[in-house]
Amino acid sequence: MSSLTVRGVSKAFGGLTVLDGVDLAVEDGSTLALLGPSGSGKSTLLRIVAGLDQPDAGSVHLDDDDVTHRPAHRRGVGVVFQDQALFPHLDVAGNVGFGLRMAGVDRRERSVRVRDALDVVGLSGYEHRDPATLSGGEAQRVALARALAPRPAVVLLDEPLAALDQLLRERLLVELRSLFDDLDVTVVAVTHDPTEAAALGDRIAVLLDGRIAQVGAPGAVIAAPASAEVAGLVGQRNVFDGRVVEGGVETSLGLLAVDPAGHAGPVALLVPPSAVVPTPDGPLRGRVRGLLYRSGTPVAIVAGVGPRDDPDRMSPTDGPTLDVLAEPGWVVGDEVTLRIHAASVHLMVR
Amino acid sequence: MTSTRRTLSALLAASLVVAACGDDDAETTTPDPEHGAATSITMLTHDSFDVSEEVLAAFTEATGITVELLPSGDAGSMLNQAILTKGSPQGDVLFGVDSTFLSRALDEDLFLAYESPALEDVDESLVLDPEHRVTPIDTGDVCLNYDKAGLAEAGLEPPADLADLADPAYAGTLVVENPATSSPGLAYLLATVAEFGEDGWQDHWRALRANDVEVAAGWEEAYYGSFSGAAGSPGDRPIVVSYASSPPAEVIFAEEPLDEAPTGVVEGTCYRQIEFAGILAGTEHEEAAQQLVDFLLSPTFQEDVPLNMFVYPVIDVELPAEFVEHGAQPQDPYLLEADVVAANRDAWIEEWTEIVLR
Amino acid sequence: MNAPDRSARTPRAVTAAAFAVPVAFLGVFFAVPVATLISTGLREGGRWDLGAVGEVLTSPSTRSVAWFTLWQAVVSTAATVVAALPAAWLIGRIRFPGRSLLMAALIVPFVLPTVVVGTAFLAVLGPDGPVAALGGVLGFDVDLRRTATAVILAHVFFNYAVVARTVGAAWMAVDPAAEDAARTLGADRWTTFRTVTLPQLRPALAGAASIVFLFTFTSFGVVKILGGPRIATIEVEIHRLTTQLLDLRTASVLSLLQLAAVIAALALYRRAGARRGSARTRAGRSVLHRPAGAERWGVAATITSAALLVGVPIATLVWRSFDTAGGPGLGYYRALGSTGRGSALFVPPAEAVRNSLVIGAAAATTALIVGGLAAVGLHRLGGRARGVADSSLMLPLGVSAVTVGFGFLIALDEPPLDLRTSPLLIPAAQAVIAIPFVVRTLLPALDAVPARLREAAAALGAPPHRVWWEVDARLLRRPALGALGFAYAISLGEFGATVFIARADAPTVPVAIFRALSQPGALNVGQAMALSTVLLALTAAVMLLVDRVGDARVGGF
Repeated sequence: MSSLTVRGVSKAFGGLTVLDGVDLAVEDGSTLALLGPSGSGKSTLLRIVAGLDQPDAGSVHLDDDDVTHRPAHRRGVGVVFQDQALFPHLDVAGNVGFGLRMAGVDRRERSVRVRDALDVVGLSGYEHRDPATLSGGEAQRVALARALAPRPAVVLLDEPLAALDQLLRERLLVELRSLFDDLDVTVVAVTHDPTEAAALGDRIAVLLDGRIAQVGAPGAVIAAPASAEVAGLVGQRNVFDGRVVEGGVETSLGLLAVDPAGHAGPVALLVPPSAVVPTPDGPLRGRVRGLLYRSGTPVAIVAGVGPRDDPDRMSPTDGPTLDVLAEPGWVVGDEVTLRIHAASVHLMVR
Repeated sequence: MTSTRRTLSALLAASLVVAACGDDDAETTTPDPEHGAATSITMLTHDSFDVSEEVLAAFTEATGITVELLPSGDAGSMLNQAILTKGSPQGDVLFGVDSTFLSRALDEDLFLAYESPALEDVDESLVLDPEHRVTPIDTGDVCLNYDKAGLAEAGLEPPADLADLADPAYAGTLVVENPATSSPGLAYLLATVAEFGEDGWQDHWRALRANDVEVAAGWEEAYYGSFSGAAGSPGDRPIVVSYASSPPAEVIFAEEPLDEAPTGVVEGTCYRQIEFAGILAGTEHEEAAQQLVDFLLSPTFQEDVPLNMFVYPVIDVELPAEFVEHGAQPQDPYLLEADVVAANRDAWIEEWTEIVLR
Repeated sequence: MNAPDRSARTPRAVTAAAFAVPVAFLGVFFAVPVATLISTGLREGGRWDLGAVGEVLTSPSTRSVAWFTLWQAVVSTAATVVAALPAAWLIGRIRFPGRSLLMAALIVPFVLPTVVVGTAFLAVLGPDGPVAALGGVLGFDVDLRRTATAVILAHVFFNYAVVARTVGAAWMAVDPAAEDAARTLGADRWTTFRTVTLPQLRPALAGAASIVFLFTFTSFGVVKILGGPRIATIEVEIHRLTTQLLDLRTASVLSLLQLAAVIAALALYRRAGARRGSARTRAGRSVLHRPAGAERWGVAATITSAALLVGVPIATLVWRSFDTAGGPGLGYYRALGSTGRGSALFVPPAEAVRNSLVIGAAAATTALIVGGLAAVGLHRLGGRARGVADSSLMLPLGVSAVTVGFGFLIALDEPPLDLRTSPLLIPAAQAVIAIPFVVRTLLPALDAVPARLREAAAALGAPPHRVWWEVDARLLRRPALGALGFAYAISLGEFGATVFIARADAPTVPVAIFRALSQPGALNVGQAMALSTVLLALTAAVMLLVDRVGDARVGGF
């Protein structure tokens, strides 16, 4: 177990810059979720940390050792691949014991540690199964056990749950998290899913266009994204463009009395659904276009939102769309009036 | 699946073991050059060459010289290989250059002159090179063979001579070999040249073509593919260009003992081929090679010739019973002068091809 | 997402080292001899005689030979594709009992020696054969011997498997759902085949066709035995010019002409192959179904036509091996065991079988090692270089055995490389011919090893050599065994090169068959038939094992 530091790592493929001066620090025993859309370079960063690719510039450190030029097999970094990459010619025990065999661990100790590793991921008794017969979740656990068995300094997970269905994913998320806590292991988990990132990581690092856009605790990153792009990436929907003016911020929703808090000129606003209050005398109105449930909470998609006293803005397609916590009794087609709680609005750079 | 895989592995492993053992065998039969003064010489031959094991053993016994045989394709191919490797020959003695190709071999200076004392017993007419660069070893006669039953079925008598075949009665009965690719084919063409003259053979072949003569690439194709008289042949032609010794061969190799050969020879149609041996220039064993040439003319070897190669010896030795009984010994076969053949061979073949094939 | 950074993981040195062995091997046993012979033919007194090229190429006889060669190759290729397409459908779509047996049986002709096939076809097409009998019933007088038709029929027989297996494998990769979709959109069966299936098969068809073209363009034994003296391909002409006339000048020009045609066919093959990848990834088994309704008639018709084209010549051959004078029996087989005549050159046929097995093992092992290294090298090469190197490995299939054989005599005649009479020459020559097939089997398998597995192994602490051993070597074991078996079968049947260099005291089975056929007498013919049948059974057994062990793509065709 070690701390992991990445300093100024850059990488280009055929003239296309994939990573552009990335800095990261993962504390000993903590878990970092590396969140980014596809193409953001997160898998490349992970491969560079694992030693599977070489950076064009920058360095990778485990504790105080510069391991930038140490090949993958001597780095002691475990990797769980997105597609598991289980060896089809070996059984489960052969897969899990592979790293131990490479390390020269003798047969008897190996079988003990393989059993332990399988116990840890909840697959006791799976030793002699053929990987082809495993379900997606089982295969993922075997891959994890395989990466953990040699007790690596750092474990890297590449989209560890992408191949699984929703239910299984949530169950495994929790298991993984408690497993990492129990094992006290340094982990970097790459994902494009903010839920996954929040559930897994002690901290989240957001990678956008080859640069780290934001690093912080999950709550902070999700509630207070650093930019509109980050907000979109962490799943926030009510994001609008605005401009700081006298008395607040001018937006397509009208003038909102938000404290500029040092921002000036063009900004982006995040309006959390909880900041939108349905009220009969609200200054805004719109029409309910759709109703859906998000984790059991009813959410109304309200379209054509605009100042209620503007007669030109009654068309349901005219004006922005806002996610609102739905009131009981709302049905599609209702016209509703709303008020935005300006103090809960989050301003970001644009 | 696993068991099949294992079977295949086992099979291959077994073959490799056999291979290893095979190598051991090979080593035990290969003479050790460092062991005593034993000399080993190599004789290049054509594919039709054969000799009894004990005959070669007798030579080794008498001289201490081991003979390796190196068959190198048909007579033409063997000769051309020898020409290509002139100066760095693959062997010490070459056996099987025949009268039709002799001039090419002599022009290339392939051989060292050697006049074997054993030539005393050989008919002088067979010694075609006065410098003795080659030594005659056997003779063979290329003659028309006929299928006795097949001709009888068609209500035909065997032809009496070459000219008979131009008779429309014999239409569709004859298969010959292409002189461009076959030694008996060339011999038969030379027979017609000898019979009808340098300006007359062309008309004869035009008549043969009108008579639906079939042309095969080689002797095997003609004899086994088209001739109806060969045992097991699918052929339907009752007359073929083959050898005077073919009927005895049919008797000797018959599945069930035969009293009478199923095929016969038209004695008046034979062309004589003489096969020679020569010592290849560039040999490091000239003396041993000379001993081998002497041996090729010895009664031991000469008696062995008929049953192995179905040709006739050049010295007076006793012939096998089957040859006496079923074989033909034409008294006055056709034979053209070697230099006439050399001068005209290619042109004749070209002309023949135009007349018969194009 | 991320282009794998090949150069970082596989240094040039490794690629170069992998290529060193195949380059040296093919250099000594193929390129140098061929180049030496051609330059001997084209050099006059130490100077290149390039006038010969124009002179020979413009001569009427060259033109007629070249025209016939091209014409028969095109017709043979088209006929093979048409004849084998139903079998490809059968292989790609239908589950039926005896499927793997059929697959193995189909490949047998491909590895049979030409002497055997020629003899069998003469029997089939001759006046006593089934074709003439059928013609007789219908009132025709049929004798196809010594006709181009006979040559083309034999070419179909030889290459049936190339098309059936290659296109069959591609057919398996065509998603039946797309065909179903077309049907629901109103396309009938024929329209569906034409508009949905055929376009997806086209790369495989083009690839198979260019290989068949390569084989038929350079056809030798079949043309020589079945075509008769009026018919000659360039290859036959090269043989005649070299062995009979020693006209190396003309022969060299013709060799170059043939080489040019072969390179063109290979370029076509490469282009077809480059586009093949897309349709290949789907797992095949599930697309097979039991025939239903009208399909049963299709299956019956296909199996019948395959039986007629491929089965009848084989059956005729087998029948003749039992057809002794005293009625059906084992007489000829019994004769195989007897030592008979005590001639210095006579080798009991049973020993020829042993020789074949031993030489085959050596040749197959050599081919696997050399071809395997070549595949490793090719796998690491990218782009154009890979295509060119890949095609170069196939060139030996397009050069006359006699050119290589005579080239040996001139090029390898000085120590330390005086290999002319070495017993190693036969397995080496056979390996040269088998290597392209080994590469065609191993390279796709190597390409198909997921890079992720190698990375997983490296991340788990395996250094490069152990990654190779633990991942690549393990995953390649089945294809390698398949390639080994196929190389073995090729070696068992190889005749053209072997007859040239086989030592008198160690003939292989095809050489023994050839010798038996050149001796008069029923017993010799019968033994030749019996030996052919033994060879047939051996080859079929090996191919059956290969199909069990490897996948349908063995040999790459």
